[in-house]
Amino acid sequence: MRHISLAIVLAVTFAAALARVPARAEQYPADEVNAQAGGVDLSGEWTPVREEDNTGNTELGDWVGIPMNEAARLRAMAWVASVQTLPEWQCRPHAVSYISRGPSQLRISKEVDPVSRQVAAWHMEWLRSIDKPVYMDGRPHPSENAAHTWGGFSTGQWIGDMLKITTTHIKEEYLKRDGVFHSDRIRVNQYLIRRGNYLTYILVEHDPAYLTEPLIRSTEYQLDVHQNLSPYPCNVVEEVDRARGIVPHNMPGTAQYTEDVKDFANRYNIPWNVITAGAETMYPEIQEKIRAGRARTTEGGKQ
Amino acid sequence: MRNSLIACAAAGAMIGVSLIAQQAPARDAQELEILPVHGSIYMIAGAGGNIAVSAGKDGVLLVDTGTTEMSEKVLAAVQRLQRQLQLREPPVDLHWGAETRGTLQSSLSPLPPTKPIRYIINTHAHADHTGGNERLAKSGRTFTGGNVAGDIADAGQGAAIFAYENVLNRMSAPTGTRASTPEGAWPTDTFHQESMKLSHFFNGDGVQVIHIPDAHTDGDSIVYFRGSDVIAAGDLFIMTTYPVIDLERGGTINGVIEGLNRMLDIVIPEFRMEGGTMVVPGHGRLSDGGDLAYYRDMVTIIRDRVQSMVRKGMTLEQVKAAKPTADYDPRWGADSGFWTTDKFVEAAYKTLVPKTPPAKATATTKKKH
Repeated sequence: MRHISLAIVLAVTFAAALARVPARAEQYPADEVNAQAGGVDLSGEWTPVREEDNTGNTELGDWVGIPMNEAARLRAMAWVASVQTLPEWQCRPHAVSYISRGPSQLRISKEVDPVSRQVAAWHMEWLRSIDKPVYMDGRPHPSENAAHTWGGFSTGQWIGDMLKITTTHIKEEYLKRDGVFHSDRIRVNQYLIRRGNYLTYILVEHDPAYLTEPLIRSTEYQLDVHQNLSPYPCNVVEEVDRARGIVPHNMPGTAQYTEDVKDFANRYNIPWNVITAGAETMYPEIQEKIRAGRARTTEGGKQ
Repeated sequence: MRNSLIACAAAGAMIGVSLIAQQAPARDAQELEILPVHGSIYMIAGAGGNIAVSAGKDGVLLVDTGTTEMSEKVLAAVQRLQRQLQLREPPVDLHWGAETRGTLQSSLSPLPPTKPIRYIINTHAHADHTGGNERLAKSGRTFTGGNVAGDIADAGQGAAIFAYENVLNRMSAPTGTRASTPEGAWPTDTFHQESMKLSHFFNGDGVQVIHIPDAHTDGDSIVYFRGSDVIAAGDLFIMTTYPVIDLERGGTINGVIEGLNRMLDIVIPEFRMEGGTMVVPGHGRLSDGGDLAYYRDMVTIIRDRVQSMVRKGMTLEQVKAAKPTADYDPRWGADSGFWTTDKFVEAAYKTLVPKTPPAKATATTKKKH
């Protein structure tokens, strides 16, 4: 298992470098970049390996590691899970930014041009998502006036044996299931690296509305030849008897708004100024802030 | 053989152009973009407000007409769209009449004249949605007959323009006063009820015009194309900013929310709250029920906050200072331009503050008549 962790660290470090220097990220040597040819076969049934930052369901107010701005924090404070009982929310799939966070199995299949026999598109389909085609035929992204989807619109190119996917036209959706949202202006670059029976999937997410820096997350998958994605049907039902037009949310100034979101901070004794530090929480130096905050709490009582 | 080659080349060119037309969103030489929506419905973006177009063998129906300045480009875009649709038509059936009906003859003039613009529906009175009325209506035609043709001399001239009655009131003026728009731009047919329906299918669609009271303005309508399953929302739903509430023309935030909920009542997603009923917003990108629900949520949440502050007796300045929109501002807010966040909060506040009852008339004033 150790080699997987090392690979993830290297891959995330690599992706972080890409994200911090976005202009240079596109400047690969021409002979290493080929939209169609090259690369490796990614098709198959992949099951998630639960480790690293792929930790499943989150807790209320767990915002560490997310470079969220003040607006994103305020929105998360107003969010209440009951909103998901609204008919318009019930059958939504996880969007591209979140789907790889949960324990969803992944199927990758390839669409082959029968004439050239080249891969025209990869299709990525998770248990709780909808098909996401990744076009390899050089087609452009749609115009800014085109519709957005949960899966977005994706094109891919090979950088050596690493597939880089650029996804645009994504609907607004959550980055974490505790009210941390991205906007519909988000752009997500993904990097798929296969090493034998392991597949590293890295997301670098850029959202000019709610993120101050790119958010980088990775998930590890293992090939599972016995896996078969099961159906995941959904029907909208009346979950709560409420009047038409009511949208659940926490009102500013209420205890739900100001105190409930401190559950995570209180449970793990993490200072509130760390929880709300946004991009700072992605870097190791935040540990000093945690130590300092905890020391103050010890001296002065409750935070 | 030579004729066959010419015919094949022409057919090949037509198919090629047709394929191009189907693959990529068409962009006018200048700024206009034509996006396929569903069925017979297209969206023209870039002419001011978005324009929903029903185009097909029945002719053209436009929901809104953009600005006056863009009307020639809109007309050109509509005609180009019609040409592209004609090219999509399957080639002439050549499996009969082989000795009298050749492919060459049909290829000489493959494109008949395009069908006229027959109907325009205005979602409201603002100039970025009605500015092209006069030019586009003039280029169109209303087919008349019977008593109408005999009694109304100009009944067949130009396209008919439908709208809620208040749109006509806003665009015209009582006799003797100056109207805000030229007479040729005014609605020709208005309705006063909750909704009206086009009396027949148009390009395969039943067309329903539904009035939403006191929302963006006091004359708003949404247009539902029942076959293609597309809603043209007008400015009740825009993907660019917070909803514009025109206080001077009777707009209210609760009316906007009612309009958004009314549209959500109609929307049925294809699956998982994506696709299915599509929504052409008044401005910004093409949308569906998922987008509409997010927008409804956002406007409702902000309304609830402002409403709560109003109930606490807070002044407008206090409400503004409390920043009730702060969490949505990076996506929907603006500090400059036509519709700022400040203006939105002010409009929401003013339509939520209880109206002060008029002062009781004094004994003196009662005597005056």
